[in-house]
Amino acid sequence: MDSTEVASAPEAAKAPPAGSRAGAPERSASSAAATVFPDLVYKEFLAALLVSILLLVWALAINAPLLPEANPGKTENPAKAPWYFVGLQELLVYFDPWIAGVGIPTLIIVGLMAIPYIDTSHNATGRYTLGERRLAIGHFLFGFALWWVLIVIGEFLRGPNWQIYWPWQSWLVPKSAEEKLWSFPWWLGLPLLAAYFGIGLWLPRRRWPWLYERLGKSRYASAILFTLLLYSVPIKIFLRLLLRVKYVLVTPWFNI
Amino acid sequence: MMSQNQRLRQAITTSQLYRSIFRHDYVDSLRNRALEVTSNIFLHLHPVTIPRHALSVRFTFCLGGLTFFLFLVETITGLLLMFYYRPVPDYAYIDMKTLEYAAQFGVVLRNLHRWGAHLMVVTVMLHMLRVFLTGSYRPPREFNWVVGVSLLVMTLLLSFTGYLLPWDQLAFWAVTVGTNMAAATPFIGAEGPFHEVLGAQPLNDVRFLLLGDMKVGSNALLRFYVLHCVGLPLFAIVAMMVHFWRVRKDGGISRPL
Ligand code: HEM
Repeated sequence: MDSTEVASAPEAAKAPPAGSRAGAPERSASSAAATVFPDLVYKEFLAALLVSILLLVWALAINAPLLPEANPGKTENPAKAPWYFVGLQELLVYFDPWIAGVGIPTLIIVGLMAIPYIDTSHNATGRYTLGERRLAIGHFLFGFALWWVLIVIGEFLRGPNWQIYWPWQSWLVPKSAEEKLWSFPWWLGLPLLAAYFGIGLWLPRRRWPWLYERLGKSRYASAILFTLLLYSVPIKIFLRLLLRVKYVLVTPWFNI
Repeated sequence: MMSQNQRLRQAITTSQLYRSIFRHDYVDSLRNRALEVTSNIFLHLHPVTIPRHALSVRFTFCLGGLTFFLFLVETITGLLLMFYYRPVPDYAYIDMKTLEYAAQFGVVLRNLHRWGAHLMVVTVMLHMLRVFLTGSYRPPREFNWVVGVSLLVMTLLLSFTGYLLPWDQLAFWAVTVGTNMAAATPFIGAEGPFHEVLGAQPLNDVRFLLLGDMKVGSNALLRFYVLHCVGLPLFAIVAMMVHFWRVRKDGGISRPL
């Protein structure tokens, strides 16, 4: 069907939604139009139907958990958060609660919201591509995957006292939560942190000057800062696992 | 000669009642395809025509639409669950048991609501992933991405507040762990760094605000219930209205240049 015909229908003159913001090279006049009814509506209907069936089968086959009644006097061990928050709970092993429970979630939300204001380019919009946006997609997928890996560890591998229990190990065998940990003294931690962020901000500009030029000062700084913060999470995890480091920076007010 | 069927059909479709509800006939014409959308408040969320590209299931995987659909499923099953549930520690758990053992299909109802919530968390995350991978957050869609992130947060908070309501050991301790983190907030949490600057104590910090108490108890149950059934859904609905509106105002879903 062709679009001139459609436009002749009453109301349809309004049909293609109001144009995109000036300057965005969005609409090409020649793209073939389809009528929403039924071309799109039937797909939506089918999708909803399939998901309804899936959900119904799931609900008939598996019961939602219901443990004994809440008892403030009897601690659950382990007390696991719902799975979508277990990743944050897993971070409690490596970070103080104000970082794992407040700082990191806040940074994730702010960082996600900042994405479109940092990456304002127009290449490869509206289709799937890896090659043309290797950096952006790589970092995003890393963060996304990290979130899921932490969830899997917390949900399936953690047992009493939040110790690692492999699926074939019994939770009845106690594992000690005691661990000998040490922290960087401040005269080591402070320069290390400064170097991480300092070099992190300087090096990419040095190696890829076009990146700085394309993004400009504040976009470049925010992009690099959020990326460095993202990778600082697995770095801290590895410092803890390999070198038994508890804090990289100890101050009288807070520890990191 | 009209057959019996045709006559019946005509009698119905020309009746005042029918015509007051359906404002046009159903013959497949472009005019009717357009009217089908514009004269129906629900379908009116859509434009009348869209570029062919936007039909591709392998572009959106219907994930945004399915998230919305699951929100509707949660609204309906949640409404039914409210008939059986009282947000008071003395009753909440018994009500869950009653639902399970005494109400027809009570378990199925509860399962639908619970698994639907889990599925919604999954679809909203995948929707975000697809929007990212297709670069659909770029101008002019920046703000709709921001609205989307707030919808992600609200979806998670809806799930989390709902988690406490069964009032079983799982609920109680998961929420205890979760809300303890609030006490660690810098400045405004009683155990957070710099808590002494503003004088945050267990009796006046953010955790107290969340729980209405220093630990999870009847006040917390009531607060979570109200947030879960009224407060957060209201915010989510408003955010979704903005979200869908912006999808259209930003020129429909994104597509290759
Ligand atoms: C309750 C949660 C949400 C609902 C019901 C929802 C619904 C939708 C729907 C129906 C669309 C139309 C296209 C499609 O289906 O993919 C859409 C598009 C969009 N959504 Fe969402 N969404 C939600 C959450 C999010 C989140 C978490 C983000 C990002 C962080 C987001 C960002 C966007 C953007 C940028 C578009 C435009 C996409 C394009 O132009 O291709 N939404 N959303």
